[in-house]
Amino acid sequence: MDLAELQEVADREAAASKAVRFRVCSAAGCLSSGALEVRSGLEDAVEREGLGENAQVCAVGCLRLCCEGPLVRVDPDGTLYERVAPDQAASIVATLKGGEPSARRGDADRPFFSLQRSIVLENSGTVEPERIESYIAAGGYRSLHEVVREMNPAEVVDLVTRSGLRGRGGAGYPTGLKWGMVAKNPGPHKFVVCNADEGDPGAFMDRTVLESDPHRVLEGMAIAAYAVGAEQGYIYVRGEYPLAIRRLETGIRQARRLGLLGTQIFESPFNFRVDLRIGAGAFVCGEETALIASIEGRRGVPRPRPPYPAASGLWGNPTLINNVETFANVPPIIRNGPEWFASIGTAKSKGTKVFALAGKVRHTGIVEVPMGTTLRTIVETMGGGAPDGGTIKAVQTGGPSGGCIPEDRLDTPVDYESLAQLGSIMGSGGMIVMDQGTNMVEIARFFIGFCMDESCGKCIPCRAGTVQLHRMLSRIIDGEAAEEDLEPLRALCEMVKAASLCGLGQSAPNPVLSTLRYFEDEYRQLLRPGAGAAAASAGR
Amino acid sequence: MATVKTLSIDGRMINAGGDQTVLEAAAEVGIAIPTLCHLDGVADVGACRLCLVEVGDPPRLLPACSTEVFEAMVVRTDTERLRGLRRMIVELLFAERNHVCAVCVANGHCELQDLAVRVGMDHVRFEYVHPGLPVDISHERFGVDHNRCVLCTRCVRVCDQIEGAHTWDVAFRGAGARVVTDMHQPWGTSQTCTSCGKCMQACPTGAIFRKGATVAEMERDRSILSFLVTAREKKQWNV
Repeated sequence: MDLAELQEVADREAAASKAVRFRVCSAAGCLSSGALEVRSGLEDAVEREGLGENAQVCAVGCLRLCCEGPLVRVDPDGTLYERVAPDQAASIVATLKGGEPSARRGDADRPFFSLQRSIVLENSGTVEPERIESYIAAGGYRSLHEVVREMNPAEVVDLVTRSGLRGRGGAGYPTGLKWGMVAKNPGPHKFVVCNADEGDPGAFMDRTVLESDPHRVLEGMAIAAYAVGAEQGYIYVRGEYPLAIRRLETGIRQARRLGLLGTQIFESPFNFRVDLRIGAGAFVCGEETALIASIEGRRGVPRPRPPYPAASGLWGNPTLINNVETFANVPPIIRNGPEWFASIGTAKSKGTKVFALAGKVRHTGIVEVPMGTTLRTIVETMGGGAPDGGTIKAVQTGGPSGGCIPEDRLDTPVDYESLAQLGSIMGSGGMIVMDQGTNMVEIARFFIGFCMDESCGKCIPCRAGTVQLHRMLSRIIDGEAAEEDLEPLRALCEMVKAASLCGLGQSAPNPVLSTLRYFEDEYRQLLRPGAGAAAASAGR
Repeated sequence: MATVKTLSIDGRMINAGGDQTVLEAAAEVGIAIPTLCHLDGVADVGACRLCLVEVGDPPRLLPACSTEVFEAMVVRTDTERLRGLRRMIVELLFAERNHVCAVCVANGHCELQDLAVRVGMDHVRFEYVHPGLPVDISHERFGVDHNRCVLCTRCVRVCDQIEGAHTWDVAFRGAGARVVTDMHQPWGTSQTCTSCGKCMQACPTGAIFRKGATVAEMERDRSILSFLVTAREKKQWNV
């Protein structure tokens, strides 16, 4: 494969494209609400009406407004149809002949869409994720070609560094710095690993990227592999994402067939092979050292760092681990240049961030916004605020590792530092909205319960500490705790945070600490005056 | 040969080999940092968190067993904060399973008991969980009482790294985590166990015991383990 052949594929794809395209969302959310039937309904109607010359039906990636699925978008005019039932498909096709659709028209200009800025998801909803030709027609694999044929590895690292891209898995480590470390660490073999073990409750950003644009992630990984000198890559994807797994498998097979993965990529000496590793469903395996152990076929438990994977990762070799979204950012950075990327976002957080908007909010789904967009813009303007006339009480970011941000802090811009200041984290991008009906102590207990179940059990603070935190919160909720029980709760939170071995335990108390910080009165309302003393005298 | 490093532990300037851990360097000068999962001769896992020390300023908490010394390192092993953390960790262990010393075979010879004394734990502030776990006495010579297990995984590591049998492993997760033999089969039916007894020698509590031992009788001889490791490292058995 060379550039001319890549262009040929793109030209063929463009030539085969019909004037009207019915784009059916084929991501997991819409599929589960019947997108497959809608798609075949549209195809049948196109054939029945003899419109095959003029129109086609495409199974595309996520159209983002998940709560209104199945979604259909019609090109070229961009009409959006929501909650399409299979029997409404024919009426949508009939609009080509001047008919009136029975399906509900959505507002494609509403803030939910218009305030988004797509970099990671630029192909989501336009490209057909199961066809590599569709990705190539959208400019795919050009960045890889440019990198492999025109740049040396150090230049690639430098370019990514200058872009200011930071790790989208949540910690926000500078990506270029990490790539440079792996590139410079000596080792006969190096590895690139894509962390697709997204497991936060309420988070589905990585799943969306993988299902909508798998080749984008593969291209990003290949560019990273070239930059750091790796010939083998692994995508560690959770087994709960069967559709993402299938599309990645298809994508890898297609890319290998075209010589875009495998040996002598773009007729250069660069070889890169990607394999999938399916996680068995342990949240802790998103932690990089546990993830490495799991890929190696061992029990997925973390180990103390240093050494960091960049020095000693898979089988003791230098290993680059990045999140799905981080890799997906790379091809456009190569294409448009680091200055372009660095011009988007805030001073310290560049580019965009994909969020999974869920919970008590009118429009749930996937949003990609520039860093620095305020939480209020996301949950109120874009998300439409709380449903059924309710008001928003708090927003949880970062899943069980994050914290709850109260309504009066919603004007905070979304970037790594601002969220950390509020006692939360960016995390991988889960955003759960809570309304006035939400009990914050219950929320804290829910997240601690999650961490308690998902703790690997290796270190004592996390294994036994989360159990005790869960019990303490249960006693508060059951009205069995008193004023003097709050201080031990805080002390145990601090201990688990400070002493745990890995990020799971270190961040597990965050939802408790942040709700204590902003909603202490809710805790106090549940306390029984003198309950602790009474229990003590009863010999408890 | 790693170069010698100069560092300070609890205000004392000391020299240490460049590949030594903080735990080893401290032990050499007579500073004993509390440990539970650490066992001489097998790899450290940094799991019990009792050996956490403060390094640098502002202090970072690092496990002494798996942190290597570096030049000009400033280590504090016995601050107010560390004492608080250690006591709470020991309390969590006591609350987690059944550690009633009075009816334990290891009473008087137990590292957990020693730790409780050392960190000044006179009572437990947490709710006792007391899960009521099974006791496996299917093995001819040994037994394992999961109620006494602290999941330090010393048995797992000696069996794998010294004996080479890898009979022991950890199954399940979180509070449900359990050491198991083979694929969670009764120990007595194990096809891999060589009945060498190293796991029993390594166990810090009354979890793995010699059958027939009654309350306070279960003494262990850790020198067997270090003898084996030293002999192997010095290649004393080369034939």
